[in-house]
Parts: sequence; structure tokens; C-alpha cells
Amino acid sequence: MKTEGLSTASLVKRLLLLVVGMFAFGFLLVPIYDVMCQAFGINGKTAGSVWQGQEQVDMQREVRVQFVSSNAEGMRWSFGPEDNEIMLHPGEARTVNFLAHNPTDRVMVAQAIPSVAPSRAAAFFHKTECFCFTQQVLQPGESIEMPVRFVVDPALPNDVRRLTLAYTLFDVTERMAASLDLAAVHTN
Amino acid sequence: MSAVIDNHHADHAHGPAKGPMRWILTTNHKDIGSMYLWFSFAMFLLGGTLAMVIRAELFQPGLQLVQPEFFNQMTTMHGLIMVFGAVMPAFVGLANWMVPLMIGAPDMALPRMNNFSFWLLPAAFGLLISTLFMEGGAPNFGWTFYAPLSTTYGPDSTTFFIFAIHLAGISSIMGAINIIATILNLRAPGMTLMKMPLFVWTWLITAFLLIAVMPVLAGVVTMMLMDIHFGTSFFNAAGGGDPVLFQHIFWFFGHPEVYIMILPAFGAVSMIIPAFSRKPLFGYTSMVYATGAIAFLSFSVWAHHMFTVGIPLTGELFFMYATMLIAVPTGVKVFNWATTMFRGSLTFEAPMLFAIAFVILFTIGGFSGLMLAIAPADFQYHDTYFVVAHFHYVLVPGAIFGIFASAYYWLPKWTGYMYDEVLAKTHFWMSFVGMNLAFFPMHFVGLAGMPRRIPDYNMMFANFNMVSSVGAFMFGATQLLFLFIVIKCVRGGKPAPAKPWDGAEGLEWTVPSPAPYHTFSTPPEVK
Repeated sequence: MKTEGLSTASLVKRLLLLVVGMFAFGFLLVPIYDVMCQAFGINGKTAGSVWQGQEQVDMQREVRVQFVSSNAEGMRWSFGPEDNEIMLHPGEARTVNFLAHNPTDRVMVAQAIPSVAPSRAAAFFHKTECFCFTQQVLQPGESIEMPVRFVVDPALPNDVRRLTLAYTLFDVTERMAASLDLAAVHTN
Repeated sequence: MSAVIDNHHADHAHGPAKGPMRWILTTNHKDIGSMYLWFSFAMFLLGGTLAMVIRAELFQPGLQLVQPEFFNQMTTMHGLIMVFGAVMPAFVGLANWMVPLMIGAPDMALPRMNNFSFWLLPAAFGLLISTLFMEGGAPNFGWTFYAPLSTTYGPDSTTFFIFAIHLAGISSIMGAINIIATILNLRAPGMTLMKMPLFVWTWLITAFLLIAVMPVLAGVVTMMLMDIHFGTSFFNAAGGGDPVLFQHIFWFFGHPEVYIMILPAFGAVSMIIPAFSRKPLFGYTSMVYATGAIAFLSFSVWAHHMFTVGIPLTGELFFMYATMLIAVPTGVKVFNWATTMFRGSLTFEAPMLFAIAFVILFTIGGFSGLMLAIAPADFQYHDTYFVVAHFHYVLVPGAIFGIFASAYYWLPKWTGYMYDEVLAKTHFWMSFVGMNLAFFPMHFVGLAGMPRRIPDYNMMFANFNMVSSVGAFMFGATQLLFLFIVIKCVRGGKPAPAKPWDGAEGLEWTVPSPAPYHTFSTPPEVK
């Protein structure tokens, strides 16, 4: 049963290599996905915090920016924006405060995950400062005012008149349990 | 089962070992093929039983028989068992039995690995089925196990599910490696690639698809395992991950997977239709290239399963057109089958009936697939019964009818006896009518907005659902008739000649029926 091609042993070796390669490729899809989302500003992932556009404010246009907040499963903080919406000119930097309160009797750590809709506008939404860049630690019963400072790029497509910035607040206390003691000192 | 088949081989010169150890230790491709086929049939009946629970609950609106939590477990386990336990092992079983006979090889290239890949399956499905009896219940997140439903919110048994998928995946990968090695290295002298029967060709391509995507499936369940137990955040937004990533990776596996389940059926039907049309297959070369094209394109269409997650417009356009492009090679195949039958001397034995029904009904499933490919329309169809109708039309009269056609076509070769034609035709017509009654009305309720995976529904869907359930019960009950037909055929009947179908072509018909335990110890000459 000799054939002119590869021997069975080396054929199987190559096929096994392909298997290992494809297993690795599955994991490679994770960074590829992040890079693609970043590059195209898709999936509601906002552009980076570095804003290098001209300080030119487009006074001709007004954009409505709405704020939405929700709590992930099991998160007991009260959490929401100070204003539900604001009107602004593209290019103009604005700050909006979100309020959070920890009603429980334990120290908790939270992480807010932002998302911008419509997703094609996400690339034009720049947060220069955001509470979502770090985690929040609240003592029992403590309240906090958390600012987000952002600019809407004047290059925003003309037909987009309304943007929604949504935050989901996750309870990451358990995940951060190890570093909690240290973090608690730095609060306030 | 072993006792039954033992009878045929016991008196043969170089026969198999006696007793149960024959089946545990066997490295014979025919034994392993039979075990695969029996295993997949057992899983088909089990998965079917779960489907009966689903249809019984949906017989009337409101909650009658089961609680929603249990209903979710039924839909999940039905999908998993049918995909990984019934359809895939059935085709591996057919490949084990028929590929060496078709290419004139004495056995598979790696017989011991063959044994191991089969015996992983009972372990995998034992693990999976055991979750039904666990506290907290079986997996309940749908066979697509989207995160975070399966990670953050999944039951404790999810870990068992993950290991079951790992084992089944390893089994499939080893099976695929074995089939490729057999086809590439053990062909009889003169059997060039372009002389291979189409079933061998489609399996060669399927095996490459398996090797390419089963590791990705293993990867995605491994990521789930790490998210659940090791604190990583692949799919957890709180830790910087993204649940949509799960869907991309899953469907990167999942779309080629649907071709894994249909390509071998294409191959079998491409051999059965010429046999009963008494004409060579029309367009052999185009069939081979069409199969290759389908396999190649299957890697570039995965996001059509997730149009509604919010991918950009250009992405939707790309995946929409790429998906529609697959209709071209598939159309080539359908036209070739139709042209093969055109002006042939057709007879309608059971294999041919199943093959013709395959062509017609699979085409219906293909057309509803084209409708789903239209991104704007998909926003309405997404997650409705229209999708359920679509994929059952490609899987039941597609994959499963292909398996039935193959089983009837080669049963005389396997058992040495002819099956009961009257019963087989009854099986066909009951399956045909039952299956269409069950799944055709789902198109209508789906278009009207009935969501899938929900145990209750609006009153206005009541009549169509009742029809669906009656059809499903009919289809399900008929499969017991199939079991009876096969057992009857194994036990005896009219002795089958070496070539029971006068239009059949191929090396498998040159060996006696039943095929001796060892065949082609000296390779045949292929002109």
C-alpha cells in the first residue's frame, strides 16, 4: 500500500499540526476581534481617550447625547446619570456626572462598561476622562459623584443627530477581593 | 446487537473474535462502522424522544406538561444530541464501512485510533446525558450555548457539557485524520483522485472541514471553562471581554459544521441517484469542484447567524452576498442530480425515494436559507420558527434522509439480506409526510412572529402547532419501524447478491454480500 505521496506517519503529523494550529487560531480570534472593533469603532466600543482633533467647535450643528445606565445581574448599587440628556455642538468638551450609591453593608468594587449607540457613531465619541477607566470602591452606605468628560468629533456623519451613551455597572468585588484592602484605603 | 451480527461472521474462516471483547477491542473497519451506526441510531432515538417532549408541550398553547426550565433543557439537549451524537457519528460510521470498500483498501489507515475514536463517543454522551439527572438540571442555554447565558448564568452541569464537547470533538478530529489518511494513502492502484466515488470525495473534503473547525469549537468551550472556573473574562464584559466575541468564534465553527453534516449526504445521494437512474452521474467533475467551493465559502459566511447583534452595514452586506454565493455551487449540484435523472430508466426503491425526497426538500431548505441570508429580512426572521423550519429542512430531509438512503442502499452489502421493500417504502412515506407536516407549518408561524425556544405561544399559532406536533409524532413513531426493518434485515430475508442494484457502480459491489470480515487484502485493479 505504498503511494507516491507522503507516508501515513508524516501525513498524520501534518494533520495534527493543523489541528493544533486551528486550536491556537481560535484563541487568536480574541485579539483579532479586539483589534477589528478598535479599528472600525464597531460594537459600541468608543474611540480612545486621546483626542487630537482641532479645538474647533462646529456651531452649525447640535447633537443630542443621551445617558442610560443599567445594573448587571446581582449589582445592588443605585446608579444613574445626573442629567438624562444634553445638547451640545460637535467639538465641544462637556462633563456629565453619574451618581452611585452603595446601599449594602459591605465594601464593594464596581466596574462600569460603556457602549455607544448607534455603533457607527461610536468611533466619533471620545471620552477624555471617565470613571469607567478605573474601578470604583464604595464603603457601605457611601455615595459618589463620578464624572465623564467627552467630546463628539466634528467629523461625525451629518445624519447622526442623537447619540446614546450607555453604562452597565458590574459588581467585581469578588474578582478584586485580593486587592480590596489596599484599594479601600485610597478611597475618599 | 452483537449476538445478532455474530451469527453471520462466526462461521467465516478469518472471522472476528467471539464475545463482547470483539467489539471493545476491534480494529476492523466494518465492526467499527457498525458500532458507529448503532450508536448514532440510539442517539437519534434519544434526541427524537426529547423532540417528542418539545412537541407534546407545544401541542397546545399554555403550559401543560413541563416547566419552562425543563423545556429549555429539552431544546438544548435535543440539538446537541442530534448534531454531535446522531448525524455526525452516522456519517463517520458510513465512512468507516464504505470508504475502504469503495477505494479498494483492506481497512482504515489507522485502525487502533479508529477504535479509540469510537469509544470516546459513549464516554462523551454518557457525560452529556448524565447532566439530565443532576441537581440544577442539564444545560438549558440552547445548542448554540451563547455566553453569558452559558457562562455567567449556566447551570452547574455546564462543566460536564464542556468536557463532553471536548471528548466528542477529539473523537471527530481523530476520525477525520483517519479518513484523510485512508483516502490519500490506501487507494487501490489505478484509483486516481478523480476516479474516486463521490461519497469518498465529499468525505475527504468534510474531513478537512472537521480538522479546521473542531479545534476552534474546542477552543471556545475551553474559553468558557476558563471564564467559569478560572476567573478569565473572554466573554465577560465586566472584565473587559465581550459576549459578541463568543458568537463570532462559535459561528466560525458553526457554519462549516452545517456543511460537515450535509456534504457526506451529498456524496451518498450522488451515488444513489445514478444507480437507480441507470445512468452515470451527470457532471462528476463539477460535483467535486462544487463540493470544494461550498467548503471553501463556508469559512466566510459565519456572521449571517448574527446579523442582529449590530455588525456594521458593510459587514452585513459582505456576509449577505457571501452567503448567497453558496447557492451557486449548491445549485450546480441540484441541477446535476436532476439532469442525472433526466431520461434515465428510473425505478423507485427505498434508497431512490429517500434520495429524490432529499433533492426536493433540501432545495426547499436551501431557498429558505436564501431568504434568511437577506440581512434586512433576517431582522424579522431572526430567532423565530422560520429559522427552525429552515434548518430542520436541511437537516432532516437533508442529512437524515441522506443517511436513510445510504442505509437502505448498502444494507444488503452489510447484512447479506435484502430489506423488506414494502416496509421500507412505508417508512419512507410516513417519514416524508410526517416530516413535512411537522416542519412546513413552522415557516408560517415563524413569519407571523412565533419565537423559537419558548414553551408557550400566542393562541393564533395554535392550529399550525397542533399540525406540527401530529407530524412530529408520526415522524418519530415511524423511526421505530426503521429499527424493526433493520433488525429484520440483519436476522434474515431474501439473500442479497453481490450487486443487488443493477445500476450500481463501484468496488463495494465486487465483494460478496455480506461483505467478508476482511476484504481487498490484495488490492483490486482499477482500470
